[in-house]
Amino acid sequence: MATDKYYVPESSPWPLVASVGLFMTAFGGAHFIQQATDPDTFSGSWGRPLFFFGLAWLWLTIALWWRDTIKESRGGLHSHQLGISYRQGMLWFIFSEVMFFGAFFGALFYTRWLIVPWLGGAGSNAMTHELLWPDFQAMWPLVKTPGGTTTQAMGAWGLPAINTAILLTSSITLTIAHHALLAGKRGKLIGFQAITVLLGAIFLGLQVEEYIHAYTEMGLTLDAGIYGSLFFLLTGFHGAHVTIGTIFLAVTLIRVIKGHFDAENNFAWEAGAWYWHFVDVVWLFLFVVVYWL
Amino acid sequence: MQSTLFHRMAVGLTSLMISGLATASDWAERSDHNLRPGVTAVAQEVHGLHNTVLWIVSIIGLLVFGLILISMIRHRRSKHPTPATFHENIFLEVLWTIIPFIILIAMAVPATRVLIELDDTADSELTVKVTGYRWRWGYEYLTYQDDNDVGVSFISSLATPPEQYENPVLSGGLFPYGTAKDRVGTPPQDKDHNYMLEVDNPLVIPSGQKVRFLVTSDDVIHSFWIPDFGGKKDAIPGFVNETWALVPEGEEGTYYGQCAELCGKNHAFMPIMVNVVTQDEFQDWLAQKKEEAAAAPDLTPFESLDAAMEVGEKVYASNCALCHGQNGEGGIGLPFAGDDFAIKPEHREEHIHVVLEGRNAMPAFKGQLTPKDIAAVITYERNAWGNDSGDLIQPEDVHEEE
Amino acid sequence: MSTVAAAHDDHDHHHAPTGLKRWLFSTNHKDIGTLYLWFSFAMFLAGGFMAMIIRAELIEPGMQFVDPEFFNQMTTVHGLTMVFGAVMPGFVGLANWLIPLMIGAPDMALPRMNNWSFWILPFAFTILLSSVLLSAFGHGNPSAPNFGWTFYAPLSTKYGPASTDLFILSVHMMGISSIMGAINVIVTVFNLRAPGMTLMKMPLFVWTWLITAFLLIAVMPVLAGAVTMMLTDRHFGTSFFDAAGGGDPVLFQHVFWFFGHPEVYIMILPAFGIVSAIIPTFARKQLFGYASMVYATASIALLSFVVWAHHMFTVGMPLAGTLFFMYMTMLISVPTGVKVFNWVATMWRGSMTFELPMKWAITFVILFTCGGLSGLMLAITPVDFQYHDTYFVVAHFHYVLVSGAVFTMFAAAYYWLPKWSGMMPNKVLGELHFWNSLISVNLLFFPMHFVGLAGMPRRYADYALQFADYNFWISIGGFWFGLSQLFFLAVCLQCALKKGEKAEAKPWDGAEGLEWEVPSPAPFHTFDTPPVVK
Ligand code: HEA
Ligand code: HEA
Ligand code: HEC
Ligand code: CUA
Ligand SMILES: [Cu+2]
Repeated sequence: MATDKYYVPESSPWPLVASVGLFMTAFGGAHFIQQATDPDTFSGSWGRPLFFFGLAWLWLTIALWWRDTIKESRGGLHSHQLGISYRQGMLWFIFSEVMFFGAFFGALFYTRWLIVPWLGGAGSNAMTHELLWPDFQAMWPLVKTPGGTTTQAMGAWGLPAINTAILLTSSITLTIAHHALLAGKRGKLIGFQAITVLLGAIFLGLQVEEYIHAYTEMGLTLDAGIYGSLFFLLTGFHGAHVTIGTIFLAVTLIRVIKGHFDAENNFAWEAGAWYWHFVDVVWLFLFVVVYWL
Repeated sequence: MQSTLFHRMAVGLTSLMISGLATASDWAERSDHNLRPGVTAVAQEVHGLHNTVLWIVSIIGLLVFGLILISMIRHRRSKHPTPATFHENIFLEVLWTIIPFIILIAMAVPATRVLIELDDTADSELTVKVTGYRWRWGYEYLTYQDDNDVGVSFISSLATPPEQYENPVLSGGLFPYGTAKDRVGTPPQDKDHNYMLEVDNPLVIPSGQKVRFLVTSDDVIHSFWIPDFGGKKDAIPGFVNETWALVPEGEEGTYYGQCAELCGKNHAFMPIMVNVVTQDEFQDWLAQKKEEAAAAPDLTPFESLDAAMEVGEKVYASNCALCHGQNGEGGIGLPFAGDDFAIKPEHREEHIHVVLEGRNAMPAFKGQLTPKDIAAVITYERNAWGNDSGDLIQPEDVHEEE
Repeated sequence: MSTVAAAHDDHDHHHAPTGLKRWLFSTNHKDIGTLYLWFSFAMFLAGGFMAMIIRAELIEPGMQFVDPEFFNQMTTVHGLTMVFGAVMPGFVGLANWLIPLMIGAPDMALPRMNNWSFWILPFAFTILLSSVLLSAFGHGNPSAPNFGWTFYAPLSTKYGPASTDLFILSVHMMGISSIMGAINVIVTVFNLRAPGMTLMKMPLFVWTWLITAFLLIAVMPVLAGAVTMMLTDRHFGTSFFDAAGGGDPVLFQHVFWFFGHPEVYIMILPAFGIVSAIIPTFARKQLFGYASMVYATASIALLSFVVWAHHMFTVGMPLAGTLFFMYMTMLISVPTGVKVFNWVATMWRGSMTFELPMKWAITFVILFTCGGLSGLMLAITPVDFQYHDTYFVVAHFHYVLVSGAVFTMFAAAYYWLPKWSGMMPNKVLGELHFWNSLISVNLLFFPMHFVGLAGMPRRYADYALQFADYNFWISIGGFWFGLSQLFFLAVCLQCALKKGEKAEAKPWDGAEGLEWEVPSPAPFHTFDTPPVVK
């Protein structure tokens, strides 16, 4: 049960151990990327194993860490105040994620409204156009770069529209599940949460489908110029977040089945739900500014 | 020229501050502690603005520090044992929000005016495209008066010889000294007056005519800055920035500048030197340059390997040694000394090609060097430092590849 | 201000862990704070050492000790180490130690995450600094990051050395650490205040850190975005910063400075808080204009989001944009001025004594104002065309960073060391540290204004002859200032080893605040049950 005393957790090895994992992931990752993308210059192949080993180490540590936390929570050590700390922490974390996406959205707007017109000679850049890129035509989506690479633009009304519908639906099903959680209706909760997880998975499947289509048939690739760069980084990071969100919801689903949550004690569940809604909102922005306009 | 009160104050002040006001054409009495007064009208306005602002902030600073000092003296515990208890005063707080705000407006107004003036590149008579390379400047004269296709271009590199700036006292080890190990411990040579400022081919512009500079870059960002012309403009690869200068007649002379954006190893070694000449002189100079440009490239073959080596050594020292090392030992660029690439015949073709077209961080030298120089330098690389491949590359070979 | 009705003794419900485990696995805000502070000091020494190499090379014209490539690496890593290794962790360490004590909380809100924030840092810097060591002992190849702490594209993308990728990932790690640290601060402040400690009763240090934490959460992810774009440009063929693909190198600068400008306020707002604690103590007079201090801090933070392009006046922005950024930048002087005037008014008609913390604090007010005023000069765009990328800028930011941020950390150390260690810092060493630093820091940084105005560009390994005289004296000032810091090292060691005079619970008679209500050194657990603040 919740206590009124401040709860200061026991000291724990996990933060340090997780840092070691992060270190290996980063150190290995840097070399992995170099060795994989530029094998002529960077010899060796230890980057990849170190990266994956570090990643596994990191996730294992975090799993153990959370296991401890869940145990303490189940043991009634957590105070109501700690619950609030968690919730606030999660909200600020989501805010930081918003800013991360903000960087890429900012890059998108800057590109569309400034760089591309400038390369086409707008503003005080007549000479940029005349001297450096005389054949370039400003347009968006940028299907022909100043350097001459061509690609096709991704339309909005095929898969992307379906995906939008899927994500919107998933938000609704999750909200229903939330109400069920608060009302203590376990069956409804499990059902609707399962549907949400499934929708997440379908979304990801379709996204993969779309990428394959882009790469194999449209010539829309990471190196197809700024349009491709922005398209893949924005949708890619979004996809990565959907993946994390889906896993998050799947884990809380298991914990729901195990009976870990009730109307009061449900931080992890709600955190997952908030995260999902955040991912959803990002998609709406994406859909409008990346695919549609 | 502006003749506001501020401006006159500024000029007066400057002559006070800089003993023997720098004559524009000589950096002999170069300012060593204040902004240079500048030679163009805008530069002088900027200088005036600088002095105004400097005065304002100095006065504010002195006021604040004065109050602190008075307080420290008068309100010490030994002098003032019981502290007052006030801790708020709406009137004061509003006052010291509003007054600074007004001061800011007083500064913003002239600043805006000068900024707008600086921004106006219209109605120029000469247009020069300035390209930053690692680590030299390229100048291309595009239009002059009615001539829309001047077609004169050249490269301008640091002329200070390495003997003057390489005075290592250590070698290798903890603080790697990359370029001149063989000079370790040799006494430094006297440095010329224009040390680190002089170049081989200065930019030449006429006085009394507005010159527009189209600034761009071939690799990383550089910044084109001649203090006497009143400001810098970044050279950004893929974009063209515009700036301008109008040096008044009677102010002919040599002006210096430096690259002002970190561009890699030799950022400090790519100065700018401008010869401002009268319009007549300029026209003569331009005519002569045009003639040179119109002549077909000099493709007369080298008579002997030695003749080519001699030319090549010079070209190498002033263009390639920065990256490939004084002795071909490599550095930023790949090594040549004892390297298969520079010895084996099957790489000969590629050798020419890389120098002409560049590769990754290696700049393209086509257009920067003549076929003759390129042939010479490749010959040099393939025969110096014990490479002894015996290959003699002729200008013709290079020209074909182009 | 606030007083404590019932300062509670601690009942130790878990025993204080001992030995290595205490430091490695800590969940205790005081121990983690201590770790942060020592780490920060170590990085200050490392970054300072690199600055000494820079100053040695620049002592006279010509290349004498290092080659220009290594010089650039020193400049770059000096800036990065000082900013991300010395100043930011230093302030986080102070936050850890002080915020819970000041608001009557038992610890930070999320203690394990707190420890994680810390432990990421040594690993991140291992990655960053390992490339410097490789470069120093090798032959300039492999090269350490050499593109300035601002790592502008394409110098850092297309032309960056191999270690750039290590640099990118270490910046990611620092970002993760800062974000978690900042979340912890915000949640602690919002959720763990003792009953009666309303927001407008909080000490200003807590306020300034609250706002700093907000800035951190808002801009560190943007930095992460910037380095991510670099990574994909370098290895996955994207064209964010390449015009041929429709990108723009200047886009990098916009993203970077959207982070970078708030970042410089991240490095100064906590300093404002520290000074606002120290000056009232030694003036024995309540802080003047508490509320306006809070509002001014918030205004500075908000304005800091709309001024970033003042670092990019020369990139060729459209006129309207340039004007906007100029006006906004100038505007920041107003709230900052409010703070300066409030400090002066606090001293005014107080009853001042000049113990070491006060000496540093007053020095801060004066020298920071100097730096701020040169900042205002830089904001005047047409003149910035002349100042930009010269030593004038270097002078500006060292005045606000060294005699600003770093000096307040010294002030904080002299002020709170009694509470941290239970020992009074050694007065003789402290005085030596102060006076030597005060004189040498000005010899070091003031002439930089002159060479900057005269036209010496920054990040120059070698320079024209008219800059020679001042550079000589700047270097002398640099070595002197560097050596002076050894006194501080001695002071800290002496306190850590418990040598010297013991401190009382409240060693400064004018001090106020909850932290002085607990014994010195502060016991392992404080405020297990919340104190009540009237
Ligand atoms: C702690 C860090 C810190 C702080 C607090 C500041 C504060 C300010 N800075 Fe600074 N700045 C840096 C760190 C900091 N800066 C760094 C690191 C760089 C270089 C980055 C790089 O390129 O590597 C830089 C560069 C920099 C530039 C870019 C220069 C260039 O590269 O060309 C500019 C331009 O506008 C600028 C402006 C300002 C202004 C207007 C303030 C203002 O906040 C100052 C406000 C304070 C005052 C004005 C003084 C007190 C006020 C009064 C006494 C009131 C009365 C005064 C008046 C109303 C006039 N700074
Ligand atoms: C908070 C940040 C911070 C701090 C504290 C400092 C501290 C110092 N800085 Fe730095 N500096 C920056 C932030 C900082 N700097 C940044 C951001 C840049 C820009 C980088 C870039 O351009 O990308 C920069 C750039 C910079 C330059 C310009 C380099 C260039 O443009 O090429 C110079 C040149 O003199 C310099 C000098 C110094 C000196 C002498 C100190 C001194 O205060 C350091 C004193 C400390 C010590 C010396 C360590 C303690 C003592 C010992 C370890 C004992 C041994 C001592 C001796 C052997 C003498 N700094
Ligand atoms: C800006 C620095 C720089 C300058 C100046 C420079 N080079 Fe290079 N050079 C490089 C780099 C970097 C490479 C490696 C290119 C790569 O990554 O493929 C290189 C590669 C080469 C190669 C190919 C070597 C090989 O083994 O494949 C040749 C040939 C060459 N440079 C010749 C020259 C000549 C001749 C000059 C002068 C006229 C010169 N370089 C000036 C940086 C430079
Ligand atoms: Cu070119 Cu610096
Ligand atoms: Cu700024």
